[in-house]
Amino acid sequence: MRYIPNSPEERAEMLAVVGLDSADELFRSIPKEVQLGRKLNVTDPLAESEVIAAMETMAAKNTAATKPSFLGAGVYSHFSPTIVDHLIQRSEFFTSYTPYQPEIAQGTLQYIFEFQTLVCQLTGMEVANASMYDGSTAMAEAYLMAQRVTRRNKIVVATSVHPEYREVAATYTQHGDAEIVEVAFDETSGRIADLSVLDDQTAALVVQSPNFFGCVEDLKALADAAHAVGALLVVVVTEAISFGLLKSPGSCGADIVVGEGQSWGIPMGFGGPHVGLFATQEKFVRQMPGRLCGVAYDKNGNRGFVLTLSTREQHIRREKATSNICTNQGLIALAATIYMETMGKKGLQEVAMQNAQKAAYAATQIAAIDGYSLPFSAPKFNEFVMRGPRPATEILEKMRTENGVIGGLALSKYYASHDNDFLVCVTETNTRDQIDNFVSALNEST
Amino acid sequence: MSIKKVTQHPTQNEALIFERSQTGRVGYRLPKLDVPETNNILPADLRRDDDLTGVPEVSEVDVVRHFTRISTWNYSIDLGMYPLGSCTMKYNSRLNEKVARIGGFAGLHPLAPEEETQGALELIYHLQNDLCEITGLPGISLQPAAGAQGEMTGVMLIRAFLDQRDGEASKDRRVMLIPESAHGTNPASAAMSGFTVKTIRATADGLTDMEHLRELCNEGGVAGVMFTNPNTCGIFERNIQEICNTIHAAGGLVYMDGANMNALVGVARPGDMGVDVIHLNLHKTFSTPHGGGGPGCGPCLCSAELAPFLPTPRIEKNGDSYKLNYDYPHSIGRVKAFFGNFGMMVRALSYIYTHGAEGLKEATEAAVLNARYVSHELKDTYDKPFESDCMHEAIFSHKNQSKKGVVTLDIAKRLIDYGFHPPTVYFPLVVEGAMLIEPTESVGRADLDAFIEAMKDIDQEAQENPQLVIDAPHTTRIGRLDEATAARKPVLRWRLDMEATAKSA
Repeated sequence: MRYIPNSPEERAEMLAVVGLDSADELFRSIPKEVQLGRKLNVTDPLAESEVIAAMETMAAKNTAATKPSFLGAGVYSHFSPTIVDHLIQRSEFFTSYTPYQPEIAQGTLQYIFEFQTLVCQLTGMEVANASMYDGSTAMAEAYLMAQRVTRRNKIVVATSVHPEYREVAATYTQHGDAEIVEVAFDETSGRIADLSVLDDQTAALVVQSPNFFGCVEDLKALADAAHAVGALLVVVVTEAISFGLLKSPGSCGADIVVGEGQSWGIPMGFGGPHVGLFATQEKFVRQMPGRLCGVAYDKNGNRGFVLTLSTREQHIRREKATSNICTNQGLIALAATIYMETMGKKGLQEVAMQNAQKAAYAATQIAAIDGYSLPFSAPKFNEFVMRGPRPATEILEKMRTENGVIGGLALSKYYASHDNDFLVCVTETNTRDQIDNFVSALNEST
Repeated sequence: MSIKKVTQHPTQNEALIFERSQTGRVGYRLPKLDVPETNNILPADLRRDDDLTGVPEVSEVDVVRHFTRISTWNYSIDLGMYPLGSCTMKYNSRLNEKVARIGGFAGLHPLAPEEETQGALELIYHLQNDLCEITGLPGISLQPAAGAQGEMTGVMLIRAFLDQRDGEASKDRRVMLIPESAHGTNPASAAMSGFTVKTIRATADGLTDMEHLRELCNEGGVAGVMFTNPNTCGIFERNIQEICNTIHAAGGLVYMDGANMNALVGVARPGDMGVDVIHLNLHKTFSTPHGGGGPGCGPCLCSAELAPFLPTPRIEKNGDSYKLNYDYPHSIGRVKAFFGNFGMMVRALSYIYTHGAEGLKEATEAAVLNARYVSHELKDTYDKPFESDCMHEAIFSHKNQSKKGVVTLDIAKRLIDYGFHPPTVYFPLVVEGAMLIEPTESVGRADLDAFIEAMKDIDQEAQENPQLVIDAPHTTRIGRLDEATAARKPVLRWRLDMEATAKSA
């Protein structure tokens, strides 16, 4: 095996040193009856070229990857500067581990510190952690944290929050004492409809903005409503590019901001690995889940960084920990950090603006087609719902097979009563030609 | 005379990017907006008005140099052995990186129509089959994003199974038995699933204390046991079948933490031992990169009777095509959006393809041999707390050095001066001053010998000049950092006045 540095002869010598006759004897503490005693029934070893060929054959069957697409819904197609993937492939980053030994892990610790800072700046929050698995698990952890902070159990969540996020949160909380109350969205505006369920038992109001339908919520009003009953406002953001244009959740009064950082230069990759964001106010820092990196000094006064506040964590607190999360998404957080720094202040603003402009153009063009309309009136960022004349699954399927365009997501996948509606996402990677072709394909299909 | 340098040497301090920022610098260019611009994108009260204050303004060159410089401050597998016990830091092949970046994988949207994502579903299906064969367990979900999440999934399967089997009576079965040497994630995951934890003692030879196990089972209410095998002392639980029988007889189920599967692949299978559910760490055993902490991927595997409770959707083969099946009414639910960390699955399957059946077993043998060799060579220098054969990791304590005031942490820091990453320290908790050394199969004999020699030299230093070890490391760009002060008044983000705040702590 070409990844094993010891030759068979060296291994034989080492066996002799430890006093064994054969490799089989290494396993003598395993009872014979549970030893496999046969070869695993997996492939025979392949040559490097054969592995590549096998993988390329499978990848080629993913025809969706090469088609013009207007899918969003939590995973977005954005351009990633070349240096992002180049820099994360430096061995010192991608073959390193959790920075348990700060003296020889300052590279990792420094980028985590920069990541935490950038997440704070963009969300408008005071502290951010070193990342979570993804947006959905970050939201689930926010439910648990809100319960710890408020010592209340009722979680009020909008049904306009990503349906898969809500599923994950339901899984996480099913054995705790959380009471989850879902609040419908307004069929005219597309925003969360009714806050009358908020009461003095409520731990958190959880909303997504832009929400699953692309509608920007009125976060200030929601924060006021939540705070009026002593609850926290948890804001979920699946489209991190929106931070470049929209008022930050922190400045609107959010208490916890969770989200998905995939838009910051991370490949869509069939849904993962991505990077979860988790930010909050300083006063709640000891209730936060996950890893945190902080400033520390050595005895000569040199500045460095360490993992800190670990007394909240599972390896110290065991079953009383704030969470069972042990790792962070180090390498993906690095990619996101490089993306944010390369784009910088201006780039993050411009890319957000381009997304909004292109989406606005597409929405206007489609809405002008006979039989199509925009069902929700709330302001939008780069996603919007279109209502067609027929079931969306039919329209999208026809367009896919006849025009080779993946036109968006039929809302019926998650919202049974919205048969004719589909979610369209337009980013800076969709050219005007693509949008125009999409529009004419829809025109033909009516 | 002072020397004016044109370049900064990488070992010099690299500022935070925020400290390098200059107004007006840019590192990007977007294509010109190709649609007519509109002025009424958003009402003013929803638009950002802070001009992204503090976000850096730097050029592409600044970014490249910044990250290249800080990268040189990191230890990594490519630089040398990374013997972190129970973390399995093995070689990360470039081939795996290459195939994960194929456009058809990297550029694939998870909500694209099933007909157009067949290759991804096929890949997941193949990996599922191989992992089922490797563990001897027929049920699988690749959805969990990391080991701790796979573990939570596994414990929730146990909970769901018991709730269905026992109905109302299951509320009296809420005790999870966990050895004191377990990973901290085990008790945390058990707590998240509504279990209370009772701790099982270890015997003097580092194994689960069977008598204590039976005693705890007799107390009643046992939902199951969570144990690691080989355990965190690096020893195979040779009573495994008896452990499983005892728990099963008490009406509970057996969860095995798969963090140490690198010792077993191709040699023995948890399913054959009587284990009901296990998680694997693809980033450990199957060499997908940890990258400074993650991403991970923590598949959960289980017996046929637990399979109905696995997360959905499940990926299945239907004739010649692959499909997502959401129709499992007893499922515990979804644990992550979409299908898990697919990019890690591509790398893991590439690892399996590259090794094949023989290669997987050969890697296991090489890993165990390397650890056994270290254990043998250091046993006269460092206190070896257990007589038993070690598997893929060797455990020592600081007992022989602490008499001189040199403790595990000092030995770890001194190893850095010798050019090695330290082992896992102070874990497992059952051994005072533990050092858990896992070389993996990716280390050659010459490097192992150098490591062994360094450990012996450090012992000699500890005996003759303990202060030298206590003050280590001496050769790094920064010395030991004051973590206590850092935690007392944490500075967790950059601000202009950050230094003043941190120093006033």
